[in-house]
Amino acid sequence: MADHQAVEQHTLPPNPEKATLEGRNKYLGFWFFLGGETVLFGSLFGTYLGLRDGVVDGPGPSDLFHLDLVFIMTMILLTSSLTSVFAVINMKRGNYKGLLMWMWATVLLGVAFLGFEIYEFYEYYHLGLGFTTSAFASSFYTLVGTHGAHVAFGVSWITVLLIRYRKSGLTLTNAPKFYTAVLYWHFIDVVWVFIFTVVYLLGIGG
Amino acid sequence: MSYEKAQSKNVIWDWLTTVDHKKIGIMYLAGGAFFFALGGLEAILMRIQLMFPEFTFVQAQTFNELLTMHGTTMIFLAAMPLLFGFMNFIIPLQIGARDVAFPFLNALGFWLFLFGGILLNVSWFVGGAPDAGWTAYVPLSSESPGHGLDYYVLGLQIGGAGTLIGGINFLVTIINMRAPGMSMMRMPLFTWSSFVASMLILFAFPALTIGLLLLMLERLFGATYFAVDFGGNVIIWQHLFWIFGHPEVYILILPAFGIFSEVLATFAKKRLFGYSAMVFATLIIGFLGFMVWAHHMFTVGMGPVANAIFAVATMAIAVPTGIKIFNWLLTLWGGRIQFTTANLFALGFLPSFVMGGVTGVMLATSAANYQFHDTYFVVAHFHYVIIGGVVFGLFSGTFYWWPKMFGYRLNETLGKWFFWLFLIGFHLTFFVQHFLGLMGMPRRVASYLPGQGLDSMNFISTMGAFLMTVAFILLLVCIFVSTKNRTNVADPWDGRTLEWTTPTPVPEYNFAQTPLVRELDAYWHEKYEGDGKMKAAEPLEDIHMPNGTILPVVMSLGLVVAAFGLIYLVHPLTIVGFAITFGAMFVRSIKEDHGYHIPVEAIKRDKEEG
Amino acid sequence: MKYLWRLLPLSLILLMSGCGVQNLSALDPQGPVAEMQYSLIQLSLYIMIFVLVIVFAIYIFVLYRFRERPGDTHIPKQVHGNRTLETIWTTIPILLLLMLAIPNVMDTFTLADVSVNEEGEESEDGEMDHVVVEVMAHQFWWEFTYPDYDITAGQDMYIPTDTRIIIELQSSDVQHSFWVPALAGKQDNVPGIQNDMWFEAPEEGVYMGKCTELCGPSHWLMDFKVIAVDPDTFETWASNMAEPPSNVTEPEGEVAVDGRGVFEQSCISCHAVGDDGGNIGPNLTNYGEREVLAGYMDPTDENLEAWLRDTQEYKPGNEMPNFDHEAINDEEMAALIEYLNELKILEEE
Repeated sequence: MADHQAVEQHTLPPNPEKATLEGRNKYLGFWFFLGGETVLFGSLFGTYLGLRDGVVDGPGPSDLFHLDLVFIMTMILLTSSLTSVFAVINMKRGNYKGLLMWMWATVLLGVAFLGFEIYEFYEYYHLGLGFTTSAFASSFYTLVGTHGAHVAFGVSWITVLLIRYRKSGLTLTNAPKFYTAVLYWHFIDVVWVFIFTVVYLLGIGG
Repeated sequence: MSYEKAQSKNVIWDWLTTVDHKKIGIMYLAGGAFFFALGGLEAILMRIQLMFPEFTFVQAQTFNELLTMHGTTMIFLAAMPLLFGFMNFIIPLQIGARDVAFPFLNALGFWLFLFGGILLNVSWFVGGAPDAGWTAYVPLSSESPGHGLDYYVLGLQIGGAGTLIGGINFLVTIINMRAPGMSMMRMPLFTWSSFVASMLILFAFPALTIGLLLLMLERLFGATYFAVDFGGNVIIWQHLFWIFGHPEVYILILPAFGIFSEVLATFAKKRLFGYSAMVFATLIIGFLGFMVWAHHMFTVGMGPVANAIFAVATMAIAVPTGIKIFNWLLTLWGGRIQFTTANLFALGFLPSFVMGGVTGVMLATSAANYQFHDTYFVVAHFHYVIIGGVVFGLFSGTFYWWPKMFGYRLNETLGKWFFWLFLIGFHLTFFVQHFLGLMGMPRRVASYLPGQGLDSMNFISTMGAFLMTVAFILLLVCIFVSTKNRTNVADPWDGRTLEWTTPTPVPEYNFAQTPLVRELDAYWHEKYEGDGKMKAAEPLEDIHMPNGTILPVVMSLGLVVAAFGLIYLVHPLTIVGFAITFGAMFVRSIKEDHGYHIPVEAIKRDKEEG
Repeated sequence: MKYLWRLLPLSLILLMSGCGVQNLSALDPQGPVAEMQYSLIQLSLYIMIFVLVIVFAIYIFVLYRFRERPGDTHIPKQVHGNRTLETIWTTIPILLLLMLAIPNVMDTFTLADVSVNEEGEESEDGEMDHVVVEVMAHQFWWEFTYPDYDITAGQDMYIPTDTRIIIELQSSDVQHSFWVPALAGKQDNVPGIQNDMWFEAPEEGVYMGKCTELCGPSHWLMDFKVIAVDPDTFETWASNMAEPPSNVTEPEGEVAVDGRGVFEQSCISCHAVGDDGGNIGPNLTNYGEREVLAGYMDPTDENLEAWLRDTQEYKPGNEMPNFDHEAINDEEMAALIEYLNELKILEEE
């Protein structure tokens, strides 16, 4: 069984996130979890596609969506994925400071994304798209809102990790935690790419 | 926590905080058995109501609540937890592991199930249980007055989260925690089938999560997914429900198949015939299980193309299932068949399940399904596969593994009485229902009119249900009177797999030394080709164990509080509930828990005593 | 021996067809649709019995031959498997399933085909070659609209014999399902969606229909009747429904006239007689000819009064209010019942 005590940085193996059985379990389990999340979002996408023409008297996709806003949001989230990649590269090099710094950058970008999303919803609400206005409205807010909730959860999770481990240095315990957090972050980024395509591009295009 | 501290705990606190897969397994069994009895009570009340035409034993509204809760309870709160109980206890032992991959999450999964189940049943006492069927079709469910359906949505959401967590835990356990030499193709069939079932849980339950989320938002916050006047669509619910719901029946039946594979091989004293074909068939069934959900919806107007495709896909499942049936028969062929109670249930399963299987093919025939659908024919079919398959499997597993789990053997004489009464009662109850359906009796009817030719068969069916009740009581008696059979419990059946190599009661670390696996049916191999003992894969040394924790209970409790807040739209309560849960998650995240070590002296002491 | 084998499934079918009440049981099919479905059920049953016989034979043989005998302690040979056997029991089921799948796919398409003769709606002898009926399901009753005749009927669905009946299913509230076992398998009444089906009834008769999708507390009472009459009678019925005879529009008896008054006061906002009245409840133009009251009761005066006084007792959850003595006193009730019983459109001709 693995030793759980904090190990000095220079003795860490090359892939600290997968060096212990716990780490490997966490890593594999998280992949499975993301598989389940895929079905979860798949169900939401299916529901949205089934209901997006159910506009009734309310505003529809082409009345609401503006590519510029969504494009900025997409860029922010894609960049945040990139910063989290830099964080992992630093982790593998054993540069703990670099890991923390890039993770903070990821968190900040995540917060910025959430800010834009709240602004977006606020805007739509004032254009007459309440949660209960139409089936389209309900399914739109549920899909995009669930994604937003995932972003919010990711931001708080990473923030907790960053504060908890601000001085500990890289250990065999926290390496898997950071690694899975980054995996999660990539996942919600990928989901957004699909939202961008299916909800916004299709909404504006047709 | 030190080893000494871990040894000296109050019993109740110990069970509340345990992360030991064996204790969690036993709690799953106890919880599942409680809900099984509850679901059975609901069934018997319904059968009494249907004993005579226009009987008024219960009111129609109560009947609808009973039928909803019977289905929901039996599927989510009885069958699955009971299977999870065996999976929890047995899988780590079968693969030579000391624990599951995520002991903490394992405990969390159990408590979520238990609190979800209790929450669902609270509805009985606060104005009425859910009444829209376990399938909760909208808009009947979305517009159902009262809070019954709110309890349904939130109770299942909490319980379902527990199941999903459990499924991931088993997947990772089976992939990462196998003992040296235990390759995937040397795993016992029960572990294999549980692995595939966990895979199905992982990919099926999120669809239910979303379905329940939508239904909750529709009921509590006025969303309009299913409101036709607002552009909604009621069929979406059915798709989401059955994308989950069909794999769900394979989630139930596959572990039961696994149990039968163990039991039949053990009591025929033969290696399982066509092991790799069995594994392959299990995988195929799991895969096809996701391709056929719409056969529950042949009559909602999907059109002939979709109906034809789903009909053919459904029929295809009969092929791998047939492979399994014939492999079991050929396992028995040439064996030395011992008629123990465990094996009687496995042997009783074969013809019963085949009968349920052939009606399944008949139901898959879409054009004929227009006659079968939503009648008692369907009720008969799914009880044949669920009782004849899953429940028989549970009973078989109970008699088979009871000595290992509880340290005593169940009385065989009472066991056989129980088996025969249950078997006869079961066929009496459900065989006639095939005909009732075709003679014009829809399912989910609170009563039926006289003069429609339905009276006598309904009466027979109720008599069968009474017989099953008597049988079940006999099982309870059997469990209580057998406690003195404490000899020969470590390996009473001349077992083939690793769980029988452990001492009984099983020490918390399972294996003093991780065993080295050299063949399929590792223990049998050592018994008949080696010296009868497993080779050790590691030296005897201190064993690392995880600490117990109360956090899973706290997290589950927080969700129940939040659920009450949502049901009655008391937002502060909701916030408090989520705060409790996320607070506990936060504590779990920041507080590193490195477990403790059992010193090698203590292990040696255990060995000498055992 | 060979002969006996063939007899086994046959006798089972005979046993089955003895089951159930005529015009209700799916095992006693009337007309092409139910017959097609019944023969598919038979085909699947034959194939499945074939499978059952094989499995049971092996099973019984194995249990008998390889049971443990007292004193037997031999260890059986540990067999791994057998490629040939496994190939056989993979291939044969596939062939059996194909035997079932092919006719099933053909029947599925036939049943979904609700097209009608495009060359005008009347055939050579001047009669309709098909009748369209829109079936609207409500909690807990059935509304039948005949768009070609511009009429609406409640609970009893009259159809001409030997005529293709095109059914268009809809629902006004929750999901229901339309099932007349002796005539055709079911299709669902789904809110917001229209489903089509068809059937034919070669024989005159009253066929029992039921709702098969759980729709609330009175789901089990949501019965209806399909009444097949000869095409001439049907035409009469349809035209009398459109323009009711004088006994319906202008009741003659003094009591019945009073009853009409009560009807106009208490019932007409929901129920129509002729063109007169609302459509929240079933159309009552031909109430006097109903087979049953409220979908299931004998249409006696006592039952009718009991029903009107306390509808919630007899059909919990339905939309109709209870009428106590304050709303309708005993005298008015008697008059109303008299009036309703005289609402007959076929007999007077």
